[in-house]
Formats: sequence, C-alpha cells, structure tokens
Amino acid sequence: MSKIEIKNVYKIFGDTPSKILPMVQEGATKEEVLEKTGHTVGLDNVSISVEEGETFVCMGLSGSGKSTLIRHINRLIDPTSGEVSVEGTNVMELDQKNLIEFRRHKMSMVFQRFGLFPHKTVFQNVGYGLEVQGKDKNEIEKVAMEKIESVGLNGFEYMYPNQLSGGMQQRVGLARALATNTDIMLMDEAFSALDPLIRSDMQKQLIDLQAQLKKTIVFITHDLDESLRLGDHIGILNGGRLVQVGTPIDIIMKPADDYVAAFVKDVNRAKVIKAKIIMISPQQFKGSKNSNTIKVNEDSFLDEFLPKVCLTPATVEVVDKSGNVKGYITDKELSVALTKTHSNGVAKSKK
Amino acid sequence: MEKYKKYINLVYLVIFVGMVVIAYTTSKYRPESVTMLFTDLSWLGDWPKWLDFPLMPFLNKWFDILIVKYGIMFEGINFFLLGLYGKMKNFLVGLPWPLLMISVILLAYFASGRQTGTTIMVAFCVFFLGFLSPRYWDKCIMTTTIVVIGMLLCLVIGIPIGIMMARNKKVRNALLPVLDLMQTIPSFCYLIPGILLFGLGAVPAIFAIFVYAVPPLIRLTDLGIRLVDKEVIEAAEAFGANKKQKLLGVQLPLALPNIMQGINQCTMMALAMVVIASMIGTRGIGDEVLLGLQQLNVGMATEAGIAIVLLAIIFDRITQSYGERMQERVHHTKKEKK
Repeated sequence: MSKIEIKNVYKIFGDTPSKILPMVQEGATKEEVLEKTGHTVGLDNVSISVEEGETFVCMGLSGSGKSTLIRHINRLIDPTSGEVSVEGTNVMELDQKNLIEFRRHKMSMVFQRFGLFPHKTVFQNVGYGLEVQGKDKNEIEKVAMEKIESVGLNGFEYMYPNQLSGGMQQRVGLARALATNTDIMLMDEAFSALDPLIRSDMQKQLIDLQAQLKKTIVFITHDLDESLRLGDHIGILNGGRLVQVGTPIDIIMKPADDYVAAFVKDVNRAKVIKAKIIMISPQQFKGSKNSNTIKVNEDSFLDEFLPKVCLTPATVEVVDKSGNVKGYITDKELSVALTKTHSNGVAKSKK
Repeated sequence: MEKYKKYINLVYLVIFVGMVVIAYTTSKYRPESVTMLFTDLSWLGDWPKWLDFPLMPFLNKWFDILIVKYGIMFEGINFFLLGLYGKMKNFLVGLPWPLLMISVILLAYFASGRQTGTTIMVAFCVFFLGFLSPRYWDKCIMTTTIVVIGMLLCLVIGIPIGIMMARNKKVRNALLPVLDLMQTIPSFCYLIPGILLFGLGAVPAIFAIFVYAVPPLIRLTDLGIRLVDKEVIEAAEAFGANKKQKLLGVQLPLALPNIMQGINQCTMMALAMVVIASMIGTRGIGDEVLLGLQQLNVGMATEAGIAIVLLAIIFDRITQSYGERMQERVHHTKKEKK
C-alpha cells in the first residue's frame, strides 16, 4: 500500500463547483470552463501515489495546480470530487477533531514564503507543532533545540524571524516541520523564494537529512533542476492535469508530450544522467576494448567523467562499489544520452 | 437559496408597493376615493400629503413598548453604570491632585516604553489642565471617567464582535450596514432615546459613546484579523492548531497593532462625543464650552476648548505609543541597527 494515495481528484474553484464537475469530467479544458462558466479548474482528474520513504516531486508552472494539490493531502483544501488517503485512512472522512489530530501527528508542512510566526522567536516557531499538541515545556525545549541544531541555527534561538535572512528563515521552517517528527513532509515550493546559491545549499541539506531520516516527502517546485536533483519520482502538472509521472530519467529521456519536452529542453543532461542508466551490459559490448580504460562508479553522473573521455579515446568501464564490472559505455551511448530527444508529438507533426 | 435569487427584485417591488399602500391607507389627507387620483391630477404638482410613510408614529409606538417591557433591564444597566461611574469619579476626585498627576505621567512613561519625549509632553498637558482653570481639574476627571467606562464597554463588546465578523462572512455582511448606520446617523438622534432610556447624566453619554465609538474598533479588529498573512494561518492549520489556538496564538497577536489603532480611534471619538453629551446634562469639561456658548463668553469657551484638546492629546499619546510598541513587538523592525 502506498503511503499517500490521491485518486481521481478534481478541484474546481467558483460559486457552484459541483455543477461544473460533469463538464470537466467530460474533458473540457481549463480555458473552456473559465470562458463558459467563470469557474477555475484547479485540478483535473489527478491521481498519484507516493511510496513510503521516497521524495515525490510535483512540478509545473504557476497556475498548474501544484500548490492546490499539496493542500489536498492535509486537507487545507477540500476536493470537489475524488479520494485522498494517507496510510490507508481516507482523509475526506475525518471529522474536525480527527482532522486536527491527523495534521498534528501525520504530516508537517514547509511553505514557500516560510509561513513563520513573526511574533514568535525561532525557538517558539520550531516548537509550535509540539506546543499545539500540548507537550510539556521540557520536551518542547529539548526537541526544538535539537532541531535548531540539526539545521545549523545555533545561537539564533531567541531572534525573531525577520531578523534572519531568507535562507535562515526557511531553515527555521524546515526545523519546525522536523520537530513534530511526522512520517510525511509536505514542502510547497520550499526553496523557490531563495537565491540560487542558498537554494542549492538547502537542497543539499535536505538530501542529507533525508538520507538519515527517510521521510516521505512531497515536494512542489517549478524548477526542473531542483526536481531532478531531489525527486525519486516526478509528476508534471499542466493546467491542472497530470501529464507525466516517472523517474527523473524517464522525464528527460521519454518526455510524454510537447509540454514536458519543452520543459526538459534546456536541461544539462550530463548532470542528471547516471552511468548505470545508459551503460550496456558486458554481453552486449562487442567493440574491441581500447587499451585505455576509464573506470567509473555506476552512480556517477556523466559530467564527472565526460571530460576524461573527450581528452583521450577510451573505453568506459562501469563498476559498482566493490569494483565489479557492471557494464560499458561507448561513444554511441554517450551521444544518444546527450542528444536532445524530441517528444513523439513533435516527431509526428514533422512528418 | 440559489433558486430564489432571481425573484429578489420582485420581492423588493412588492415591499415598495406595500409601503406605498400603507402610506396611502393610513394617511388622513388621502382623497376620498382612488379614482379621484386619476380625475384630479393636481397631486402631481407638489409632493402630495398622503404620500407619507408613517415611520414616526411607528417608531414612537415601538419605543414606548421597549420602555414598558424592557424598562427594568435598562434600569439595571443604568444602575450598574452609574454606580461604576460614581465610584470611579469619587475615587479620582478624592485623590490629591499631585498624586493623580504623577500616576498619569507614570502611566504615559511605561506605556510609551520609557520614552522621555512623550512623557514630558503628557506631563505638560496634565499640568495645564488644572493650570488653565482650577475648576477644570475635577471636570476633566469626570470626562475621563466617562470616556474610560465607555471605552471599556466598547472593548468588551466590540472586540468579540470584530472577531466574529472576521470569521464569518455572513455575520460581516449583516453587520457592516449596521456599523455604517451607527457612524453616520447624527449623534443627537441617539442622545434623545438615550435620555429616555437612561435618564439625564453620565449614563446616556456612555451609551452615546458606545454607539458612536464602537464601529471603528469593530472594523479594525475585523480588518486586522483578516489581514494576517494567509500563509501564516495555513501554517498554524497545517500543524493542527484548533480554532482557539489559532485565534489566541496567531490571529489576535498579529492583529494587535490594528486593534490598538482601533482602540486609539475609539478613545478619540469617545472624547468628541462626551463634549456633545454635555448638551444632555452630562457633567464634565464639555459643559464649560456649553456655558461659554450660552453666555457668548469667547474666552471661556476657548479656554475649555483648549482643555479638551489637551485631554485628547493625553489620551492619544498614551494609547498611540502603546500601540506603536505593540507593532514593534509583532513586526520586530530591526531596532538594534541604530
């Protein structure tokens, strides 16, 4: 069973969403619905499932419904139709009291503009989740201090959020989400408001934390590089519809339509594709071995060994951690991997 | 509900026609028969006497019923407020004047966060109240007492109503026109029912202060709560705050600067009203102005006017600087850079 299951969720914003629902279900597009009825389609038949311990990245441009989607998981927004279940509990069936318990213990959230309480200190912000749970002061203090330390904010405990820089503020947001020690973390464009250097820093921090904590993370972003870096699976939303779900490699190598193709067009493939993805097995390898061989780890990215290959013609031997040969990469594989793929749609229209 | 929306204009039309019919049938001046309206068209010249909606007799009747039926309740309110007013006034008047003056100055000092400028200004104003004319000292105390009681009443009733409005759109839509009415209706219109309900003196003034000064407080409480950053509210919800935790822990503290502004507005309007209320026999600094007016004594009226301004400055400085400090605490403008 998946950790989070979203099944056929529709969300329509407007005065009488339930009346518009059949029209959307019959396949009217977002623009048509808006023009005819004045209602905005937020989500259009979206189904995703997120496995335990993985990072699911939901990507799309602004207005694609990604923030709406993430708010369905903890029911900050109610769907017009569809099912949301977390660990097998149907979130839609929870009453007010159980919903509050559910939010307190099952998941925590990080916000785009941080959502910190400006009247509380860093320490109070981080301890907020525990405070609303009614935990005693000693415990709050212990946990909050520990989390503040884990995001590297020691010494800032008693400062107020707007005395901190953007990156530090978001670390407070992260620490606050970690403090309740929930299995699931929802991150709504958590790093989008930060400048590139700090963003990359925070991504690294999240990856490191995730390696230790193994949480189930749903991450929203409009930045493809970010989603490729963080995501185990990526779902791409366009106009409220889920266009493609897959691993980062799937998205890059086999974009489902023009929209995704346009998205991945400018990606630096060498930075995203790992050696083991494109290697061919030793049986398949037929060419003569060049005297010059380069050994690369199966998990290394292409850009780590590409310069070496360019300098001297060599056979690339892919090995695992203990040095066993897993496969080979020749110039052919490299060139296929690095050439921009056109989506099927584009190819057809050109014929 | 949706279904009946299109009939709403029809409903208005029926009500309007009904009102005209009532006006026609109850009027003494109506023509002997309806047919005369069509034969004798002279009523199209001047506004006809029969086209007169009988609101006045209706209101008078309603008000009589109110007094007869709920008189006891108003009596009770009157008794309570008058008792409170009397006790507070007697206590303050009984204090030696230097002691009272020092307490006000200390209040200003601590409310402003130990700012010497504000404190000196308030001290100057307090001293000048008595300095202008010794009579003014006790009268200012009376006025202050009324304003303070009126304000407390506004706070106790206004802030919860503001919170309710911010939470519920229907409540807001229902109350906004009432607030508009309270603010725009001329104050004399409710001074008169005030007298009838509570008699002459301090209590109708408190009643008038409440009607006049509570709308800005309600509005600013409502606005303040609604202006709290949506993402911050979402954060509170996402971590499982219940309604009470959300209100007391997040919404109210963040709305506090606006609420303090509302309290400040409320005080100023209360002071303005208490001067007008001197016309219905409320004792205080306002009756000095009235006396000056009646005797055509320009000096006397101006002197009392200045005293009122000084009183207003004292109130304003104390509430305002307290509000500013609240704002600093909520928004933490980086002060240490200085």
